[in-house]
Amino acid sequence: MKVGLFIPCYVDALYPQVGVATSKLLHYLGVDVTYPPKQTCCGQPMANAGFERMSRPLVEKFEKVFKDFDYVVIPSVSCSAFIRFNYPKILSNCTVSEKVYDVVEFLHDILRVTALPGKFPHVVSVHNSCHGVRELGLSSPTELSGPRFNKIVDLLNLVSGITVKEPERSDECCGFGGMFAVEEPDVSKRMGEDKLADHIATGAEYITGPDCSCLMHLQGIAQKEHKNIKFKHVVEILAAGL
Amino acid sequence: MSTLHAKKAREFLKEPAKITHHDQTFWGMRMARDKMVSQIPEWEELREKASAIKRHTISHLSDYLEEFSSNLKKNGVHVLWAKDAEEFNQMVLKILTDHQVKKIVKSKSMLTEECGMNDFLMSKGIDVVETDLGERILQLMHLKPAHIVVPAIHITRQQVAHTFEADGISPEKGNDDPTYLTRCARNSLRSEFLEAGAGMTGCNFGVAKTGDVVVCTNEGNADMATSMPKLHIAAMGLEKVIPDYESLAFFQRLLCRSATGQPTTTYTSHFRKPRPGGEMYVILVDNGRSDFIANPDHWETLKCIRCGACMNTCPVYRRSMGYSYSFFIPGPIGIDLGMLKDPKANSGNISACSLCLSCDDVCPVHVNPGSQIYLWRQQLEHFGTANSEKKLMSWGMSWVYRNYSIYNMALKVAPLLNYVPKSIIGNSKMNPWCVGHLMPEFVRKPFHVLEKDLEKEYEKKSKIEP
Repeated sequence: MKVGLFIPCYVDALYPQVGVATSKLLHYLGVDVTYPPKQTCCGQPMANAGFERMSRPLVEKFEKVFKDFDYVVIPSVSCSAFIRFNYPKILSNCTVSEKVYDVVEFLHDILRVTALPGKFPHVVSVHNSCHGVRELGLSSPTELSGPRFNKIVDLLNLVSGITVKEPERSDECCGFGGMFAVEEPDVSKRMGEDKLADHIATGAEYITGPDCSCLMHLQGIAQKEHKNIKFKHVVEILAAGL
Repeated sequence: MSTLHAKKAREFLKEPAKITHHDQTFWGMRMARDKMVSQIPEWEELREKASAIKRHTISHLSDYLEEFSSNLKKNGVHVLWAKDAEEFNQMVLKILTDHQVKKIVKSKSMLTEECGMNDFLMSKGIDVVETDLGERILQLMHLKPAHIVVPAIHITRQQVAHTFEADGISPEKGNDDPTYLTRCARNSLRSEFLEAGAGMTGCNFGVAKTGDVVVCTNEGNADMATSMPKLHIAAMGLEKVIPDYESLAFFQRLLCRSATGQPTTTYTSHFRKPRPGGEMYVILVDNGRSDFIANPDHWETLKCIRCGACMNTCPVYRRSMGYSYSFFIPGPIGIDLGMLKDPKANSGNISACSLCLSCDDVCPVHVNPGSQIYLWRQQLEHFGTANSEKKLMSWGMSWVYRNYSIYNMALKVAPLLNYVPKSIIGNSKMNPWCVGHLMPEFVRKPFHVLEKDLEKEYEKKSKIEP
């Protein structure tokens, strides 16, 4: 099983520790993982802004770089969802879309991890990012009927010492939404403040989620408003001690 | 870079307590809906089936409309076809004039909002009285609906008390007890029902096989409006036709549960023929709908049954309120319908979506309003309404990401931004990110640099533990 690691542009530039944690965890779990050089962005920001045509060269590039891997693993649900569901519409002969997995679903569904070595003796509040919930199905969307599950919570509970909480309105949007945050800054800010309050009300020390973009948004607001809460990507906690 | 919606939303957000109330009210409706859903194990199948029925009916619309109208005629109902809002308004006026009607009572109809019927009739000297309580309050306040199901929920009882006093409906000064105010409205509307020469209703579903006009209300006002005056006019959009009672059962189970979280509306009335000695008209209105069917990306928007669930769940609607949208229907479905109707006028709503897709999951007929918004965004360039700053930003990003050496260079210099004083980089006029956020810090060593060290580490380890 050959696995390609894609570290999205903003994770590369702002949250490299998330890339490191992903790489270390996969390596620890015995995965043959390669980080192909010269990767940048999946093209999601331009497409969500309404300029899919500007994403196309990046889609073609991604296909070229990753087409020979069995799986492509990404520590970001929105990038993973974009590649899985939108690439085939942009590029007719796209093959990578079916191989792409967010790191949480890769660990849960493909590797079926049942034990992790680390400790994280803290209370965390899980941020269920929209595209993780409603596109990738990392947890059961609260809108739908059917059995309830949450793959992020399942994995976090494998870490010793951890207390996992979920906020009220467990899968309501935090208000990031890519360029939405700058095009509708006031609405975005209010959504973020409400979300932050729900997370803080759980008594958590950390907010953790599968997408750094939501966390970046919430953290930016928390810092501006001097809210005392810390942030970690899920994979950083899963890779604790490595 | 702010759109029309963003600018209006900013104004409403200046009263945070109102937003909190608005958000909690609609979230409460979403919760009530979820509770209903949890009691119906076959909910998702119902949605699939309802969507399939609508797809089928809309793609065979002419057949079903003919069947519907011929059954109406068999039952002695007059059927009229209006190609647009103007023709519809003229038809209503002619019917009223022919019957020498000076006052018309009406139950809730978003179609008459769409056509601007009330203002038109009133300009011709006809007294139009809304009888849905929310609509009546708004009419007295000279306001438009802010939601399609609960149009006046943003109005406080104090405002209602004040309005009712000013209009002589409430005699007790300062009494804002909701039960008292409702009783006042009821008393005042009783005389309107008695005096009116005609009653108008909308139509939730038109059953082709039987010619039934089905109207769902909670207040019984549609029944009052059709039981007192001898003349009944029903206004119906072309897309409201469905095949038969079997299909109606699906919508009946879905509509009210999705809308308000009730198992059904208090009244579900079937109007099939004129009352003895009375007359009944059904006006079927196109007003663009037959063109919407020809839109390959967006025709399924016509499946909408106007439950409002997408508004209730929309985190943007809940925090920006109905009047921040330029189209008369707000929220996700309003964004889509507005774009179908007049893309140039309504492109300013397209930003009001974080693509969370919660609306796709609550929609009882799989219109997928959020996914539709994504598609509309791709067409703004074509309509000439794409935001130029956003376009430049997207182009810039695409260019940097396509050229690795530029990207690499950009990441090398990016940490310098960390040293730019907050008074400059944090200026929210120049940098809208800083309306609500501090800037994130750029790292000195991005992942693609750290990764090289990781490789060495892994290699070393594999030598030690082969």
